[in-house]
Amino acid sequence: MSGWRLPSGGAIDRARPLGFTFDGRQFEGFAGDTLASALLASGTRILGRSFKYHRPRGLWGMGGEEPNAIIDVTDAGVTTPNLRATLVPLRAGLEARSVNASPTAERDCWAVLDLLHRFLPAGFYYKTFMAPDWMRWEPSIRRMAGLGRLDPGNRPPADAVPMNARADLLVIGAGPAGLAAARAAARNGRAVWLVEEAPAIGGALRWRGGAIEGADWEAFAADTAQTVEAAGGRVMTDTTLWGAFDHGLYAAWERRAGRGDRHWRIRAGEVVLAAGALERPLWFANNDLPGVMSAEAGLHYLSLYGVAAGRRVLVACANDAPYAVAGALAEAGAQVTLADARADTPEAPEGVRLLRGARISRARGTREVGAADVDGAHLDVDTILCSGGWTPTVHLFCQAGGKLDLDARRDALVPRPGTAPMQVAGAANGAFGLQAALDEGHRAGGGTGPAPRAAAAADWAVMPMRPDPASGGRQWIDLQNDVTFKDVKLAAQEGFRSVEHLKRYTTLGMATDQGRTANFAGLAALAAVTGRSVEETGTTTYRPPFAPVPFPVIAGPRRGELFNPPRRLPLEPAHRDLGARWRDYGGWLRPATYGEGDEAALAQAEALEARQAAGLYDASSLGKIEVIGPGAAALVDFCNYVRMSTLEPGRARYGFMLSESGVVHDDGVVLRLAEDRFLVSASSSHTASVRLMLEEARQDRFDPRQVFVHDVTAHWTTLTVTGPGARELILGAGIAEEVAALRFMRVAETAWRGVPLRAARVSFTGDLSYELSVPARHGGMLMQALDGARAAVGACWIGLEALMILRAEKGFVLVGKDTDGVTMPQDLGWTGPREKRTDEYLGRRALFTPEARRADRRQLVGLEAEGEALPVGAHAVPLEGQRRSLGFVTSSHMSPVLGRPIALALVEAGNDRLGQEVGIFHLGETRRARIVPACSYDPEGTRRDG
Amino acid sequence: MHDYSAFALLRRGLTGHRGWRPAWRKARPKPAYDAVIVGGGGHGLATAYYLARRHGMRRIAVLEKGWLGGGNTGRNTTAVRSNYFYPESVALYDLALRLYEGLSRELNYNVMLSQRGMLIAAHTPAQMEICARIANAMRLNSVDGELMSGEAAVRRIPLLNQEAGARYRCLGGIWQGRAGVARHDAVAWGYARAASDLGVDIVEGCTVTDLLTEGGRVTGVETDMGTIRAERVGLAAAGATPALAAKAGVRLPIHTYALQAFVSEPVKPCLDTVLLYLGTGTYLSQSDKGELVIGGGLDRVPTHGQRGNLPAQETVLSGLLEMFPPFGQLRLLRQWAGVVDVVPDSSPVIGPAGPEGLYLNCGWGTGGFKAIPAGGWLLAHLMATGTHHEISRPFDLGRFAEGRLIDEAAGAGIAH
Amino acid sequence: MQIFTCPFCGPREETEFHFGAEAGKARPEPAPEISDAAWADYLYMNEAPRGRAREIWVHLTCGEFFVMERDTVTREVLTVAALPGREA
Repeated sequence: MSGWRLPSGGAIDRARPLGFTFDGRQFEGFAGDTLASALLASGTRILGRSFKYHRPRGLWGMGGEEPNAIIDVTDAGVTTPNLRATLVPLRAGLEARSVNASPTAERDCWAVLDLLHRFLPAGFYYKTFMAPDWMRWEPSIRRMAGLGRLDPGNRPPADAVPMNARADLLVIGAGPAGLAAARAAARNGRAVWLVEEAPAIGGALRWRGGAIEGADWEAFAADTAQTVEAAGGRVMTDTTLWGAFDHGLYAAWERRAGRGDRHWRIRAGEVVLAAGALERPLWFANNDLPGVMSAEAGLHYLSLYGVAAGRRVLVACANDAPYAVAGALAEAGAQVTLADARADTPEAPEGVRLLRGARISRARGTREVGAADVDGAHLDVDTILCSGGWTPTVHLFCQAGGKLDLDARRDALVPRPGTAPMQVAGAANGAFGLQAALDEGHRAGGGTGPAPRAAAAADWAVMPMRPDPASGGRQWIDLQNDVTFKDVKLAAQEGFRSVEHLKRYTTLGMATDQGRTANFAGLAALAAVTGRSVEETGTTTYRPPFAPVPFPVIAGPRRGELFNPPRRLPLEPAHRDLGARWRDYGGWLRPATYGEGDEAALAQAEALEARQAAGLYDASSLGKIEVIGPGAAALVDFCNYVRMSTLEPGRARYGFMLSESGVVHDDGVVLRLAEDRFLVSASSSHTASVRLMLEEARQDRFDPRQVFVHDVTAHWTTLTVTGPGARELILGAGIAEEVAALRFMRVAETAWRGVPLRAARVSFTGDLSYELSVPARHGGMLMQALDGARAAVGACWIGLEALMILRAEKGFVLVGKDTDGVTMPQDLGWTGPREKRTDEYLGRRALFTPEARRADRRQLVGLEAEGEALPVGAHAVPLEGQRRSLGFVTSSHMSPVLGRPIALALVEAGNDRLGQEVGIFHLGETRRARIVPACSYDPEGTRRDG
Repeated sequence: MHDYSAFALLRRGLTGHRGWRPAWRKARPKPAYDAVIVGGGGHGLATAYYLARRHGMRRIAVLEKGWLGGGNTGRNTTAVRSNYFYPESVALYDLALRLYEGLSRELNYNVMLSQRGMLIAAHTPAQMEICARIANAMRLNSVDGELMSGEAAVRRIPLLNQEAGARYRCLGGIWQGRAGVARHDAVAWGYARAASDLGVDIVEGCTVTDLLTEGGRVTGVETDMGTIRAERVGLAAAGATPALAAKAGVRLPIHTYALQAFVSEPVKPCLDTVLLYLGTGTYLSQSDKGELVIGGGLDRVPTHGQRGNLPAQETVLSGLLEMFPPFGQLRLLRQWAGVVDVVPDSSPVIGPAGPEGLYLNCGWGTGGFKAIPAGGWLLAHLMATGTHHEISRPFDLGRFAEGRLIDEAAGAGIAH
Repeated sequence: MQIFTCPFCGPREETEFHFGAEAGKARPEPAPEISDAAWADYLYMNEAPRGRAREIWVHLTCGEFFVMERDTVTREVLTVAALPGREA
């Protein structure tokens, strides 16, 4: 219980207290606090438990690097797991719970695990839990793992808005370097986007303060923001630049309280990375105890929130940065000892006891810091603020392909200039210290003349610090994942000497803090124990995200109806009025049946009525691709298995489109509207690919000036009338006699009520059919007219389910349902072109491979059975001998007109088996069925013409 | 080598774990071997292990240009399954699954095979029919496959989005109880350790720059560590295989694409099975650590770069949230990509490459991890005997000229 | 998100494009004179080069096929051009 609130100071509003709970206990903070600052001020030390050993853990840092204070937060009834207390703005009534602890972080029953730590080294699970079986052990391990708890009732909305932006210059980080870069560029008239992760610009200036150009830094920051905006740029706070992607794309997550977050995709002419640096821990025994904190975080909480981290504070370091921390805490009234590992140090800040050349070797205390050993001496302290050096935040530089070099003087891996398409300035570049940051930022922003002057000392001096191999205690390297120096040593001893192996074997750097505070120490330790340099050891690959990003931000609005939105019929409202029940058929929303009741029964009734009188259906989703020009016939010939150039204008022919591997890609009727004009039909879900196949052939092997390909699917509404009463029905709708008199497979382009009408006598049901197309905007009129004539012939609207029955009765295939990825046209009984055509066409050569010539290929047949319809997906099996699949049922229905089940199947050598009985295997049960021709209704085709 | 056990951990724990030896020897290449395997991923290491263990071969080297298991073995989403349609595929992947089932004990290395079951979920009646086709095919091929109803699926995966506004409501799907996940790194390390113990030289940081040929026969490899002669050379280098095979004049039907994977921050158990959703193309499981491990379709641009791009991320993650709206509480913690070697029929190529002495194990595309034991077993058989195992024969390179493709994606509507 | 430049439409996002094939393949014809192996080589076999690649792409929105040279590792686009004999 050592953190305390100063009576004044900080950017909080002491007049507005906010009550909140942590692990069920009531606390109070102030408006302007974060959850972390409020908890620190409350003196609460244990904020969580470690992942593996359930060690008590307290606040370490001040931002996204926080490894320990991971909290489930319930705010306004909505629970979100795994938030960093450092990043949660305090709100009244907020409920926070520690994770990985049972029941509370304070009293965690799993703390006993720490006693077994010596038997649970890195990777111990690879060496045990094998007998009797891993799955015996796994459930209890799973229950213990995981951090926070998902709230099954919280379904965050898809309200993150994707935004695209361009900038002349993108500046990442609005600390001194970023501000200087942005101002210099904006002064040159460039549109600058200055992006800052924190809620305010200024970076470390916000808590360190400082004078720039003779005034308070805030004047400089305000002037920069104003200059940027005046030049057409933008200053964005609360925005995390999380990924650098190919071709100069940067992704940024902007948080907007109370409104949907935004996901920015920014392309910039130039980029300056000024993301600062993160303080490293120090490595001493028990360096994970609550009360051990980042020194810089100590100053952060003191300046911004008026919270002192402790009363008797040891500041341990080997660089200049924490001197300001020590001084400020002493001034605030804490008793401060500064242990600097260097012999040659700056002067002690006022009121601070400075120990030169002094190293901390151990923190003492069971649940929190109670003392520290410094050079063998026992120091009575309650808080240890550490600074083990600085790690430049180079993630985005490396994501963009950049390489790093070791800067020995600063003990940091810094960007190698020219290896990534961006400039790096300030602490991110290893330039520690205010003036250095301003200088680099100014230059990176294209500033000419002198950089802004700060009233501050030059660069900070840094002495390398490393884990102590001689230490007897446990020195934590990765706090959240509980990886100690001994684990690194063990990994190296067992041969996991690549950094990637180290990471994977020990899980170092794989926690939610992404190894922010751990990775450098890990690789430095690995380098030390393997006798290599830090550079030889290398780093793991930097990849997006720079910081964890909520899934909804990346997913964007593509949810529900906007997820793979189905295509819709222009006449959908009219079908809706008719009682259509909708279903997704190959990406199109189409009527499955009409009216109320059991769907199967409805489909049966519709199919029967269509056979007995007439049926109407909307075929508008069917692809319609015009092929136009003097070269049209040659192109269509090449792209179709069946020759179409021999068609006379006004006639239609059924054919197949094959892939070059000879497989049936699509089927459909080709209409020749004129000598130089064809209309190629395509299945609803194949229209786009058929168009591309036509285009590819057109551009690749024909003269593209002689033929054009035009997908006109959306231009037309097509309604089909089918059944014995079809002729009467269309006449009743006022459609011309010449249309009604069309012969089978003829097409006419005419007019109806003053609008163009294309009518084709093609049939997908075997019955007399008219496919009537009018421009889409006149579809309503056609539908109304046909609907009006419906009653007179006793016709009904039929959905896709009934249509599927009708076409299956006739043995007409649906490509993709009755064919699979190896079906060739000869398997469907279409052998003619393969045998007779001598010209080239798509897929031709592949129809003659050894496999394509086999006699036992799966062929389309019908199945006849007693009782209920056969299950689709059932397999045909021999009735005797070894059970194996001979093929499978592809379509199956009860035929209302035949009064018995019908089915289509692909069966091995099916044509040779006509008349034979086979077993039909489905989920363990086998029925019998007879193999028959695919067409089971009106095989003579007597109904074709009504 | 049988010294990994709870007892050993206790014993060595008392002495600071100083006794553990390297999991595998860091070998320097010798001038000649009976067999050289190019590629130190799961398939290459398993090949070496089975060559030594089953075929008694002794002079074997595995050459890895980076770090062991750093390719697709260490970059996948760890699912193992044999829920396939064609008998050839089932035989292959179920051999792998059966070997996985005994692998931890065989290798004395816990590969954490967790047979928590996998659902391939359907959302339209048409997809359910395809699911029935596959489930029946699995049964006829003596593999556990069930057709699961929508209610049963939701009981097993309670967080599935069954709201009225859901774009793809789950109607059920194919359930394979023996499917599950395994710890990918452990598979590589376990094989490496076991192979190394049998005398296999595992050489990391060794780049093969050329194939040595004499009179149309491959006689070894040229590397940045010198010339290595070998009676037989096996290529198990995924996306790097086409360039290597080209050195011997062999062309392969491979395109290389980036396939991404995603990991969330860890949470307490909330998903107990592996799930592949046909509607969204997104698949996922929850790791023992509590992280959701998520995958989806390929990035659309052929590449050799191990980086992913935003469009595929948006597609996969929007699919995830469409299936599981509560997962909108979670954050993307890590993301990475592997370069997968995609073959037109999405089935692997295993067999003689053409020139004598050269053998192939490639083309696994997005599905190589689950097949590692079988890939190794079959390539070892080939390299040891010079002839196909009956399970690998259908996957010979010659199938393309014969037109005998094994196209699961097109045949069953579901990709590997 | 990669940006490709359609020679007919200009720069667009990668999602508008579809990879066709490696450039330089000629369809072997007539079919009866082509061996199984030659056909398979044309249809299936690739270089999958690491580095510079010359490929046929199609811009799905306009339907035009074109030639793109790019680096398959760095993903840098080097050149785009209409198919030989065509004008953008």
